[in-house]
Amino acid sequence: MKNRPEIRRRLIQGNEAIVEGALAAGCRFFAGYPITPASEIGELMATRLPEVDGTFIQMEDEIAGMGAVVGASLAGVKSLTATSGPGFSLIQENLGFACIAEVPCVVVNVMRGGPSTGLPTCPAQGDVLQARWGTHGDHPIIVLAVSSVIDSFNITVIAFNLSEKYRVPVIILSDETVAHTRESVVLPPAGSIAVVDRIIPTVPPEWYHPYEGNSRGVPAMAPFGSGYRHHVTGLVHDRHGYPTQQPEEVDAFTRRLHRKISNGFHDIHIVRRLHLEDAEVAVIAYGSVGRTAQRAVAMARNKGIKAGLIQLITLFPFPKEAVVNVLRQCRAVLVPEMNMGQISREVRRVSPGDTKIHKLNRVDGLPIDPDQLFKELQLL
Amino acid sequence: MSTIRQEYLRHDKKFPHVWCPGCGNGIVLGAMLRAIHRLELAKDEIVLVSGIGCSGRMPVYVDFNTLHTTHGRALTFATGIKLARPALTVLAVMGDGDATAIGGNHFIHAARRNLNFTAIIINNQIYGMTGGQYSPTTPYGARAATAKHGHIEHAFSIAELAVTAGASFVARGTVYHAAQLDTLIEKAISRTGFSVVEIMSNCHVQFGRRNKMADPVTMLKWFRDRAVRTQDAVDLHPDSLSDKFTIGVLADVEKPSYIAEYEKIRIRAKKKK
Ligand code: SF4
Repeated sequence: MKNRPEIRRRLIQGNEAIVEGALAAGCRFFAGYPITPASEIGELMATRLPEVDGTFIQMEDEIAGMGAVVGASLAGVKSLTATSGPGFSLIQENLGFACIAEVPCVVVNVMRGGPSTGLPTCPAQGDVLQARWGTHGDHPIIVLAVSSVIDSFNITVIAFNLSEKYRVPVIILSDETVAHTRESVVLPPAGSIAVVDRIIPTVPPEWYHPYEGNSRGVPAMAPFGSGYRHHVTGLVHDRHGYPTQQPEEVDAFTRRLHRKISNGFHDIHIVRRLHLEDAEVAVIAYGSVGRTAQRAVAMARNKGIKAGLIQLITLFPFPKEAVVNVLRQCRAVLVPEMNMGQISREVRRVSPGDTKIHKLNRVDGLPIDPDQLFKELQLL
Repeated sequence: MSTIRQEYLRHDKKFPHVWCPGCGNGIVLGAMLRAIHRLELAKDEIVLVSGIGCSGRMPVYVDFNTLHTTHGRALTFATGIKLARPALTVLAVMGDGDATAIGGNHFIHAARRNLNFTAIIINNQIYGMTGGQYSPTTPYGARAATAKHGHIEHAFSIAELAVTAGASFVARGTVYHAAQLDTLIEKAISRTGFSVVEIMSNCHVQFGRRNKMADPVTMLKWFRDRAVRTQDAVDLHPDSLSDKFTIGVLADVEKPSYIAEYEKIRIRAKKKK
């Protein structure tokens, strides 16, 4: 490898930044299937991974891509797949496997309009609740949203770190606007990035219980081939990893899955606050709309409107505390989304009082622009 | 067998197993363990992956690195494991419905791709665990829970499908021909590309009961009477093979494996940088 300059200024698009973020976080395996507008992630991984002794494989479909990602992670390699709406639906079964078997991995969904083939080249945010509830069964998951090219880099690193720390799949929601916008960004020097790796067992193999959680509820994970021979299954299992239907074991298992994520709330909840100190009205936004909202709030401030923004990076588990604080403080909030109101439902759900919750829903395949958002803000 | 049993079965697993008495799955498991024993593979080096169904429960009983995946997807998980740790010996055990219905697409592409691992497909011609519905290998005219009036679809020949799709080693055996089975599995594991062993196995409970073969022995005899060794089949008229199937090695070819090819990609990619 040639020495790369310490400061890495690059003109790249969001999809490329996701690849660089993944590699910086230690990702060394990608399996997936091409789909617009996520394809560049796979394309660039195919070029970059072999340079760093990683492996790329283009599978026969998204189901297979997700299966291979889980397999590679079980063998100890940080793994990624990337897709868009139709492919995201297909990966859900194996994604659920990763949830129950607690296999760290990252899934990028560059959202497009839908349902079905929908609007392949238009931005949309229609998969927010699918990201949370798309699998079957009852389990927690972490969903993060990116709003810019540099976000795509930084949040991908965070996604891998959370995934490893909590042994849970992390979904990154991007959209066409972020994915294909080129921006000049400065990527942090390789050594400056904090990388988290899964906990591996240190006890002798005969003492190892693959599904016994630590104080945080997260079990140590022995990669296949490391001398700790154990069983991994998609069935509900006991602490040895063997299938169980004992009510007390099933209950303890399900609650631990939820507990390990709820215990990590303060670590997992990431939001950005802008001008909230004295705000009377606020925007609650995420993804590319979050960035549009930064501009709209600045426009409002110029006009003397006391507007603020809470930009959600973490969508699930829903950052309730931060949102509630904004609701308590402001007389009205605006939730702009490129869907008919998937996060505004969550905002309503956590709302403690009678703050007015307005929606701005754009579903014509075009991004929400700052003028449109600013106009709505003036009406609050 | 007792040493093999002690060496390879899990001591901490709460037996008994879930299989019906007399099920062919036990014979397949025995053959697989004997083959592994003969090859002197270390338990730490082996990953046994399965899909869902009666065969899917095999990994839980044996003391390897084991993985019980989703229905039809065993080969996709196995692909990830093999690529992440090429030094491991990866085996995927599947049923006929598992491998060729829901997993049919993965199966043909795994064969085409030629990754270095072994697929063992236990063909009992029925969906056993879900109650005897017809599968892609249920014979024409046979009865099943979803074919009470007789089956009107035509069966896949799994081994021949694997040959056509490009698997580098393909064999077929039966649980009646148990000694041969050990050898076929041993060969399959020792080859470098994608290997497939299709094993005709008895599900006397779900298939046999509906087709006048309600006990294991009758089913084993059915395999005995219908199996023709590949070398004998060459001299026979195709018509006399219409209700028979061949057993033995169907394909054994050398071609570059995915792992070896990808290593070349890595060298090229690093040079270019
Ligand atoms: S249902 Fe059939 S295949 Fe399944 S365990 Fe019983 S006999 Fe074996």
